[in-house]
Amino acid sequence: MPQISELNFLLTYSLVAVLLFSFTALFALFAVYAERKVSAFIQDRLGPMETGKYGSLQTLADILKMLQKELIVPAVADKVLFVVAPVIIFVSVYMGFASLPWAPGLIPSSINLGVFYVFAIVSVESIGILMAGWGSNNKYSLLGALRSVAQVVSYEIPAGVAIISAVMISQSLNLQEVSIQQGILTHETAKFFGFWDVTHIGGLFAWNIFQAPHLILAYVIYFIASLAECNRAPFDIPEAESELVSGFHTEYTGIRFAFVFLGEYSMMFLVGMFGVLLFLGGWNTPLPNIGSLHLADWTTGNIWGIIWIVAKVLTVVFVQMWIRWTLPRLRVDQLMDLCWKVLTPLAFLCMLISGVWRLMVM
Amino acid sequence: MIVKNTISSFVTAWKGMALTLKHFFAAGKKRKTLDVKNDNYFAQQEGIVTVQYPKESIPVPEVGRYQLDVVIDDCIVCDLCAKICPVDCIEIESIKGTGPLGQTSDGTVKRLHAAKFDIDMAKCLYCGLCTVVCPTECITMTNKYDRTVFQLSDLTYKFSAMTPEEAEEARTALAKQQAEKQAAKEAAMKKKE
Repeated sequence: MPQISELNFLLTYSLVAVLLFSFTALFALFAVYAERKVSAFIQDRLGPMETGKYGSLQTLADILKMLQKELIVPAVADKVLFVVAPVIIFVSVYMGFASLPWAPGLIPSSINLGVFYVFAIVSVESIGILMAGWGSNNKYSLLGALRSVAQVVSYEIPAGVAIISAVMISQSLNLQEVSIQQGILTHETAKFFGFWDVTHIGGLFAWNIFQAPHLILAYVIYFIASLAECNRAPFDIPEAESELVSGFHTEYTGIRFAFVFLGEYSMMFLVGMFGVLLFLGGWNTPLPNIGSLHLADWTTGNIWGIIWIVAKVLTVVFVQMWIRWTLPRLRVDQLMDLCWKVLTPLAFLCMLISGVWRLMVM
Repeated sequence: MIVKNTISSFVTAWKGMALTLKHFFAAGKKRKTLDVKNDNYFAQQEGIVTVQYPKESIPVPEVGRYQLDVVIDDCIVCDLCAKICPVDCIEIESIKGTGPLGQTSDGTVKRLHAAKFDIDMAKCLYCGLCTVVCPTECITMTNKYDRTVFQLSDLTYKFSAMTPEEAEEARTALAKQQAEKQAAKEAAMKKKE
């Protein structure tokens, strides 16, 4: 018989897990709808309009259809890899959410190695992708998977270095700690651009990108690299529809395909949220205290925290979509050029400035 | 070189993104579905272009080149349309009348009954040749283009106004008249002899 406290522990954590899962599922439903609407509006179309008011039930109908579909395993596929891959792809992304804080007092797991953990667990996704590509026994799938892995592994370097430059400024790998330092709840002094003390003003000015302006560049690098890591246009060569059918998930049907899709859209939210936490103030309000108007004090709290972080991440997700429907896909050599010749040196430069900034200015 | 390239790629990427953002925010507007003859037809550059078809549709000219229509009262059953049709989608069966059957609206005398005037719209290729050869302009193309049916046979349009009984009546009348004529002829021959 387990003790009551152990039961409580199990119950709380399963509840957290279920909540996070339902959040990712709901977000994926919403994001697919949003993606279709955004792309439609950009192309002067209307997008889904028939199912529900303004097509709002379209993705629900899609998922219902997908759940009823037959699960096909190709005859010569590596069955174990093929079946397990979608689960690994989704779970690796889903587990990333475990250490991301949502509000000052709301974090599923406040671990000291938060940044490192997220960065590491998300990389597991590429193993899932490789398993899917290899297991399908299809040349397009395998090509897509190979491209994906090459791309993810390369882009983790500039992304990682850009993240390190932010971590050097906040001197902590705990994402909750990093967030606290970017607002009025900070225990340290926050300086806007290194000269104006905004510890009690907070708001926009205390965000990491404004505490140390070179982090704007670091954020741009991180953002570009994160697009490549979630295999989204303009870095979508792993699933390039026009060349590879749809890359590593060509052979998937039904609920397995749904899982791959769910993983992809959760990844968008995850990398967006990770960037927001490290660079754009996390759950902190963008409104500063102005004189007797204590806007920052009034708009900080658990509810406000959730509102701010969701709003910020959705903005980032919108930018991801906006880029996808604007820019054409990069060629493989251009992709590697951009990563190794532009982003990586710039990221190292950011890291260098971060060190100097930490020693000389802060 | 690489610095210049990087800057120019960011600038051009931004140009493209500004353009798509402009279109994104113009999505609240809707382009009016104008007739192609309207002077402002090409002036509309912003807004949604989608026409949600069954609920709204693009205006088409009254005499479009869509489905065929026959005013059977004006038809003289000359069979020209059936002969010119490249895909043989018009099927006509004529019965000679016992005398003049009346006039069409342009004054031509009708001498034949149209016992059958079927057009298979599933075969029709919308070339419009039948409307060109028709001497009385009774076969025309209309502005109707949307017809969905559950049976393929429903796409065979039947324009004949005659019921089978009427057709049979016309046939017997013709046979009777011809028999009478034949009899009269034979009588005349006998007289000569």
